[in-house]
Amino acid sequence: MDGQRVRQWEAQCIQEQLPACSAACPVHVDARKMARSIAKGDFGTALKTFQHSITLPRIISHICDHPCQQACRRNEAGDPVNIGALERAAVAFGGNVASLRRFGTRPHSVAIVGGGISGVAATLDLAVKGYTVELFESAPNLLPRLRSASEGVLPSSAIDADLASLAHLGAVLHSRASVTHNDGETSLCALLQRFSAVYLAIGAEGELTRFLEAPLTIDPVTYTTNVPRLFAGGSMRYGSARYSPITSFQDGRYAALSIDRFLQGASLTASRELQGSQESHLYTDITPFEPLPQVAAADAGIGYTREEAQKEADRCFPCSCMECVKVCEYLKEYRSYPKRYVREIYNNLCIVMGVRNGNRMINSCSLCGLCQQVCPEKMSMAEVCLDARQTMVATKKMPVSAHEFALRDMAFSTGDAFATARHQPGFQESAWLFFPGCQLSASSPEHVQSCYQLLCEIRKGGVGLMLNCCGAPALWAGRKELFEEHCASLKQIWRQMGQPKVIVACSSCFRTLKENSSEVPIDSLWPHLNSKEAIKLRPQFAGRPYAIHDPCSTRGVSEVEDSVRGLLQRMGVQGKELNPRGQTTCCGYGGLARFANPELTDKTVRRRAKQSEADYITYCAMCRDSFARQGKRAVHLLDMVFEGQGKDPAARPDPGFSRRQENRARLKSHLLEELWGEKSEVSMPELIFQISEAVRQVMERRMILESDVRKTIEAAERSGQKFKLPNGHFLATHCPASVTYWVEYTPGANGACEIYNAYSHRMQVR
Amino acid sequence: MTTQEENTNEAPLVCCKCDKTLVKEQVTATYLGNEFPIELWKCPGCGVVYVPESLATGKMLRVEQALEDK
Repeated sequence: MDGQRVRQWEAQCIQEQLPACSAACPVHVDARKMARSIAKGDFGTALKTFQHSITLPRIISHICDHPCQQACRRNEAGDPVNIGALERAAVAFGGNVASLRRFGTRPHSVAIVGGGISGVAATLDLAVKGYTVELFESAPNLLPRLRSASEGVLPSSAIDADLASLAHLGAVLHSRASVTHNDGETSLCALLQRFSAVYLAIGAEGELTRFLEAPLTIDPVTYTTNVPRLFAGGSMRYGSARYSPITSFQDGRYAALSIDRFLQGASLTASRELQGSQESHLYTDITPFEPLPQVAAADAGIGYTREEAQKEADRCFPCSCMECVKVCEYLKEYRSYPKRYVREIYNNLCIVMGVRNGNRMINSCSLCGLCQQVCPEKMSMAEVCLDARQTMVATKKMPVSAHEFALRDMAFSTGDAFATARHQPGFQESAWLFFPGCQLSASSPEHVQSCYQLLCEIRKGGVGLMLNCCGAPALWAGRKELFEEHCASLKQIWRQMGQPKVIVACSSCFRTLKENSSEVPIDSLWPHLNSKEAIKLRPQFAGRPYAIHDPCSTRGVSEVEDSVRGLLQRMGVQGKELNPRGQTTCCGYGGLARFANPELTDKTVRRRAKQSEADYITYCAMCRDSFARQGKRAVHLLDMVFEGQGKDPAARPDPGFSRRQENRARLKSHLLEELWGEKSEVSMPELIFQISEAVRQVMERRMILESDVRKTIEAAERSGQKFKLPNGHFLATHCPASVTYWVEYTPGANGACEIYNAYSHRMQVR
Repeated sequence: MTTQEENTNEAPLVCCKCDKTLVKEQVTATYLGNEFPIELWKCPGCGVVYVPESLATGKMLRVEQALEDK
């Protein structure tokens, strides 16, 4: 996994972007966090949060011009959150305002000219950092403009309490100290000689001409000027049109940061992109929130009571994206969001010695891509997880058991037991090639035959049949080489068949083949079944209420989704939509997630199953069988086309792993015999089993096939190597490759064995 | 890895091939290059070791998974 790509993915996830309020605030007060604390009645934490960005908490909470409130997204659902009043409540009820502390001592001294908010803010920050700071103000008191405000707006006690920090930090104050250009001890020239740096913050009305011969230019990011070692900011920078206390405060803080960096010889421009008021990039869906008016304080003069503040703070949503997490059980499971997941996954891959705790998480994603669909920035966790799996395989760090069973199943489907390719009987060439896929053949082999015969009737020029696997399991397992080899072998067969147009029945095959075999023309089965030629062949199917579950692998592919709806309409079936078109969810089979994390995929299916009481219509065999496993009634669209409702196909159980393989093998031999007149060479096994449903379920959960059980008993009966249990049963063991199987059984009459239990392990014991 | 207590109480199994009762013995479990001594029932004749279900689906499975994540 490429580190550069990791950073791109991280940057794509916007969940950690500042919410609108903090982004708009020039010093990025975390108003969202503050509101969360207040809503819980925790005013102490709220005050700490406020003080994290504000060194003059009493003053700013009273007179801030709160650009945050104009930006607040509550504006779109009622009134904006009254953040200013919440700040005052945090100060009023948050307990002691923590006093500022000086950290160490720096050798340099700095002069601040102008005792307004900007100058005072710069003085405080530089004094905290350990500089010797002297503050020059021409008026008798600091903050002369604020002192002119009425007591109701800003009590003088608040000013005095905040300013006490200055003396506490050891800043030297010079009041009634007019600074001029080059006249006397307190001239700017003299200050620039005496001090290492000077910050000029004399207000919009300050007479610059008193100081300078040439016009002063101020850099809006670093607050440096065209005079060396002279920094400037506050309303003299942003103008007199609108006085903004918070902007003046910002200037003081950021100028102090520049002065500190300048005196330490650090870069003045590095990492300042997030400085100052800006637009938020955090997407927040506000549609679920009912409009609510602002809470009014019973006594406007005093401000909010605790209860009123809590109520008002509770109107904060709070802003958050989480669009992908809301729709995905997998992303929800690990209690975070993609930006964090990407880092966790990358770190997991980078572990050289130690336990890779993230392996299971990487293998639990169904790779369905719904996250990307709903993400405002189109970030895909599927891409991340697939890339991670490929890296794990390449570095030999993929747990061996993770996908072994699924890959064995794929090997079965690509092997002689199932794989074949034929021209239509009586044809020497194929204009078309039907590719039903391994899962439809495993779940509903009879529909494969019906479909094939229908296609032979409605499509001219010969319809060939190709039984095989599309390679999706190898792709999903991160086995890039195996997948590419398989794609190449499929293409080879396709060329040998005369490069026909391919018609696929399975959505996963459709996507896998389309994305990886661009030269092969791929059609979905559904437009063909919805065509004029096919209509006369389909029966009416009506009755119960239905809801449509689209498979995730053809999500948003309109030729597929529209044909399916067209077909349903022609059959008189009303199918309710389960989600906005193009946002269907995965059934849990995708990405082989079920093999890595069956509990999670069960949750995923149950969540989907609960969305509607109606029977589901789907057109992917795996989706149908996943629902069946959870007891959710679901039909495959082909059940409707070919069966009619008499047989109640929605109640059909999942065939299970063993039966799936058997169905594929039987389908092949049946079709070869019936359509091509080739006598099957598949020998049916001699050993007959009795397996109760309970034992069958245990085997299914432990991913033990009947063929594994058969081989184990056959090996034991052949060699005589078996144990006799105290209950009279036999226990056979067999290790054909990496897995050791144990089977408890009794040989029955006529060779029919009764199976009582089966289990397996991978450790070798000697 | 140690043998689960419950297994020690099980009545001994008989190896049909050797017609011998299994005896408890120190054996070695191996996975991905890691070795663990463990006491299990073993046929004194052919040497085949019995791995009980509770061990295979319990502790052994957990150790296998932990080793695969290493």
